[in-house]
Amino acid sequence: MALKGNLRDVTITQLLNLINLARKTGTLTVEGPKEVAWVSFNGGKLIYAQLGNEDGTLIGILTKAGKMTPKQAQVIRTHAGDKRDKELGLLLINAGYLTQQDILIGIRKYVLDIVYQLFTWIDGFFRFDADVLPPEDSITIRLNLENIIMEGSRHVQEWEYLQEEIPNLNMALNFVERPDANIRDVQLTVEEWRVVSYINPKNTIHQIAKANKMNDLEIRRIVYGLLQAGLIDIVRPEGMSLPMQARRLPPVDKKKQTSLVNRLIERIRSM
Amino acid sequence: MQTVKMVVTGPFNSGKTAFICSVSEIDVVSTERKISTEAERVKETTTVAMDFGRITVDDDLVLYLFGTPGQKRFDFMWEILSEGMLGFIVMVDSARPETFREARGILQTFRAYAPTPYVVAANKQDHEDAWEVDDLRIALKLASNVKMLPCVATDKESVKKVLLELLYSILEEMKETG
Ligand SMILES: Nc1nc2c(ncn2[C@@H]2O[C@H](COP(=O)(O)OP(=O)(O)OP(=O)(O)O)[C@@H](O)[C@H]2O)c(=O)[nH]1
Ligand SMILES: [Mg+2]
Repeated sequence: MALKGNLRDVTITQLLNLINLARKTGTLTVEGPKEVAWVSFNGGKLIYAQLGNEDGTLIGILTKAGKMTPKQAQVIRTHAGDKRDKELGLLLINAGYLTQQDILIGIRKYVLDIVYQLFTWIDGFFRFDADVLPPEDSITIRLNLENIIMEGSRHVQEWEYLQEEIPNLNMALNFVERPDANIRDVQLTVEEWRVVSYINPKNTIHQIAKANKMNDLEIRRIVYGLLQAGLIDIVRPEGMSLPMQARRLPPVDKKKQTSLVNRLIERIRSM
Repeated sequence: MQTVKMVVTGPFNSGKTAFICSVSEIDVVSTERKISTEAERVKETTTVAMDFGRITVDDDLVLYLFGTPGQKRFDFMWEILSEGMLGFIVMVDSARPETFREARGILQTFRAYAPTPYVVAANKQDHEDAWEVDDLRIALKLASNVKMLPCVATDKESVKKVLLELLYSILEEMKETG
């Protein structure tokens, strides 16, 4: 079974949403217009990323982060021999050269920079390989995807795209019932909190926008982020009336109806 | 004689005609036309009017299956929602992510307006590029109370399963509202 396609059809936001909700473990490979990126996940958490032929080794990352000069990097490389990242990291910490915190912050920034860059790619093949993980000796981190998805969504500018994703502002919103989806763990902006405080099946998206004096683009962008982060669902607002034609239901005699459906079931089973 | 109807809808090329063909006892009355636009040249013909299939239940009950035309949206669709409409099947081509956006659009409309139960068939599960049902569910943003079933529309047993699940949903709904 495949999990592959093109970013034109399934965006990075949607892919991260899928990986998050399905708690996937494996590596996402994205072939962008200029480079290839690999992003790894464990149980739906972001753990690692690598871009093109950028130097993603610990020394490369620390140099890029300004934690060491290219010259120092050169010296460490010569002395480190074939030591891998984990071992090297320990060595640097024990030598009092850096703290564990420095290293983790450096890697975290490196990984996030790559992932946020992916949000700007609108074209490219992607493939998710389940259970493929970064090499054993790499230093991995563990980041919740909800925050990353929210942050990525804040920069969506394409009005048409948002309109397509959320066509109907007369629908309402509701919090999802997944036990692990806790909105309190997500870092939201003031505007986002204001929207969140109005979420309830009685209020349409349109009404929430009005109450917060937001235009259609602003409200759609926030709703989109919350949706993709898996925190809310779009629901039919309470008391919404169906269009005339749609309301015309089959005849109402319950007994007859049930018997009719049962006859259909029998017939199809016997086919 | 009583007749009831079910509608099979979904994006272009998702397998609607194949689905109805697999279980209809008559040759499906479908209006296939050669495809003219290059973009949609993934197959030779497309349905231009409704597909139409039949399953006779007994002397006084007949089930009709309608398939919507692929290239048109079903704006016109609520018009055929007349007396006797039992439910809908939304077909999705699991192997073509380029159609997921349209499928999501259709499902959003259903979420807002569907007056009767519906199930989603994750079709072409036999295709090597098919997305798994669980992944598709998330990608299509299906509401948690909507059933999604794996499907191979060219396989009669598979189609029967989808139809049965829809009928079970209809029964459940009757219990709830009754
Ligand atoms: N492998 C595989 N192919 C299928 C399946 N279902 C349908 N197909 C094929 O997919 C193509 C499209 O099927 P159709 O039944 O014509 O699809 P449709 O939804 O009626 O298409 P339009 O009416 O043009 O929208 C045909 O070549 C079918 O043989 C399936 O479950 N598996
Ligand atoms: Mg057809």
